[in-house]
Amino acid sequence: MAQLRYREALNAALREELARDERVVLMGEDIGVFGGAFKVTEGLLEEFGERRVRDTPISENTIVGVGVGAAMTGLRPVVELMTINFALLAFDQIVNHAAHIHYMFGGQANVPLVVRMPQGAGHQLGPTHSHCLEALFLHVPGLLVAVPATAADAKGLLKTAIRDENPVIFIEHESLYGVRDEVPDSPPAGTVDDGGRAGAPEHLVHFGQARIAREGTDVTVVGISRMARTAERAAQTLADEHGVQAEVIDPRTLRPLDLDTILTSVAKTNRCVTVEEGWPHGGVGANLAALITEQGFDDLDAPVRRVTGADVPMPYSKPLEDMAYPHEAQVVGAVLQTLERTSGSAAAGPRASGAA
Amino acid sequence: MQSAPEPDQATPESEGARAGRLPDAERAREWLSTMTLIRRFEERAGEMYARAKVGGFLHLSIGEEATIVGSARALRAEDYLISTYRSHGHALVRGTPPENVMAELFGRVDGCSHGRGGSMHMFDLARRFMGGYGIVGGNLPIAAGIALASDYKGADEVTLCTFGDGASNQGTFGETLNIAALWRLPVVFMVTNNQFGMGTALRRHSAVTDLRRKGESLGVPGMRCDGMDVLDTYAVVCEAVARVREERRPVLVEAVTYRFRGHSMADPEQYRTKEEVARWRERDPLPAFAKRLIDAGVIDEAERERADERALARVDAAVEFAEASPFPAPESLYDDVYVLDREARGRYSVETAAQRAREAGAGAARAGAGGDGASAGSANDEIPKQLSDALAAGEEATS
Repeated sequence: MAQLRYREALNAALREELARDERVVLMGEDIGVFGGAFKVTEGLLEEFGERRVRDTPISENTIVGVGVGAAMTGLRPVVELMTINFALLAFDQIVNHAAHIHYMFGGQANVPLVVRMPQGAGHQLGPTHSHCLEALFLHVPGLLVAVPATAADAKGLLKTAIRDENPVIFIEHESLYGVRDEVPDSPPAGTVDDGGRAGAPEHLVHFGQARIAREGTDVTVVGISRMARTAERAAQTLADEHGVQAEVIDPRTLRPLDLDTILTSVAKTNRCVTVEEGWPHGGVGANLAALITEQGFDDLDAPVRRVTGADVPMPYSKPLEDMAYPHEAQVVGAVLQTLERTSGSAAAGPRASGAA
Repeated sequence: MQSAPEPDQATPESEGARAGRLPDAERAREWLSTMTLIRRFEERAGEMYARAKVGGFLHLSIGEEATIVGSARALRAEDYLISTYRSHGHALVRGTPPENVMAELFGRVDGCSHGRGGSMHMFDLARRFMGGYGIVGGNLPIAAGIALASDYKGADEVTLCTFGDGASNQGTFGETLNIAALWRLPVVFMVTNNQFGMGTALRRHSAVTDLRRKGESLGVPGMRCDGMDVLDTYAVVCEAVARVREERRPVLVEAVTYRFRGHSMADPEQYRTKEEVARWRERDPLPAFAKRLIDAGVIDEAERERADERALARVDAAVEFAEASPFPAPESLYDDVYVLDREARGRYSVETAAQRAREAGAGAARAGAGGDGASAGSANDEIPKQLSDALAAGEEATS
């Protein structure tokens, strides 16, 4: 077990997979000589050389498309895009090509491609560098979507993503790169994981397995990406100050989604709050609320409540930016509301219900 | 407005090693046969479209047969070919049986994309035909990626990437030519200049109409061939392929040709005159090549007629085959959205244990459901039993 920063865990995953599999190739803007805009790829060019760690021109759609073609013909490319907003330039290759090729050509070819990108507000980068757009990718059949909230999951999910035969949208959070967590060197004792195939068992996190970040009995709080951590802090406050025991679930991957774990929790708590930084309309929380209502309606004592980012482009000015994405206080407020207790803490910031 | 050359004047002079020499008799006959097959196939596809046997859009390459055959025959079997939404001819020239191409148009299970792609999305991995693509310019980055993989593996394969004059205005054109030149990727980019981006004439959509020059500022040298002449196309693309294979850097070839039919079957062709079409039809690549072979004594008129009859018979057989091929089974709707391996579980984001249990009970009773065109995507319990079984098997294997 080691203490690693989120970025170091990602770096370790890339290093291990580059060493394990000759087919793995990294491509992206400034990932080589510069070491990565967020230093995730630092040192990899020196270790693996220019053939495998490739600085690219600023051509997002084409970089992803080169990854698609290379993946179709035998490589395992990992493409880094500098922010999720830049991924919109590559939407054609991601949606029309990477996601559809396996289906549209009758299963003859597949696209084992990983596209990594950070998202999230908090650094005053304004409306073109700060959004949380996981819902856009979640919408598309053919894509897998991972949203790690911890360093351990960042490493374990990225290694799984690189080994998967499908295109994976791997969404990191910009504010988490410097955060430290315990990262296992190997699977927990007593479990057997053959993911490593050759050599010692190693830390992998399978897709479609939610993490129960904190157990509780009164309310289920589902936190997406960084919001899983915000939800954990809120749960501590709820326990300390309000005597509320919240169960916090981090789905870790949105496609596939471990709905079983969420429904099992809701069957126990009878109440659910979703927390995400993205926009309310057509968001991850909206999707979860629909699924829980469709499949767990009889277990609910109250409507599923959503905490979301504000329904605005991300503003630059610090006080406005702070208001535009959820904080611990809004989560506490939403939980108390769903428990039909009053709260004074949800007055500012984004509306807990996501109403626009 | 800048004066661009009239289509007639755009007919190219030859470049490179252009004796325009005939290949040996056997190859010459094969080229004529394949060009004839493409012509007859496309004509029949148009008829089938008019009879509503074919859905969606149908883009025919009648008039472009010399460009298709001349360029594809410059490739080795291990080289890759990647094309556009006008791709029936490219599948045929690579050897995909016309039966499977027609079945794809008919949306049948024996189609070369198993009825998932249609006219715009033909594919034949075994013959290294890496697909037709419905997004203009979408195939260029993918071609560079295929070439990257060839290079990475140390193979001396070349990728031939064809696209239209309209695609030369897409961002992917500039982006891909740049990265291909920068990384020295073995791609022959071939712009099939058929004079129109859909209904917009070349001089109305591109400031530079000398398309072979469009790669110069990106480090990609250009060549040009007469796309109405299979011999010239072959000679120029052979030279391009040889350069790319040897020098490991991309080349752009402009094939000047003309699409005799509309952009798609839904095209009243108000953007060009009948006289212009008639002028180009005088240069029809099929009779031109046949005459060349007859004049040279390679074939006689009777043999040309036999080649045509063989093509017609093959196309008849293709239609018969397509008619007889079944539509894909309703329960195959969800097949091949994902590759399901032993680590796969819950790939369908909304599947739950409760549903799987229900499926297991109701699967047999529900066989055949789902073909009514209802919104299966939102009906979670429509996920076929086959998939549930695969997922359940995956879970057992990993837990």
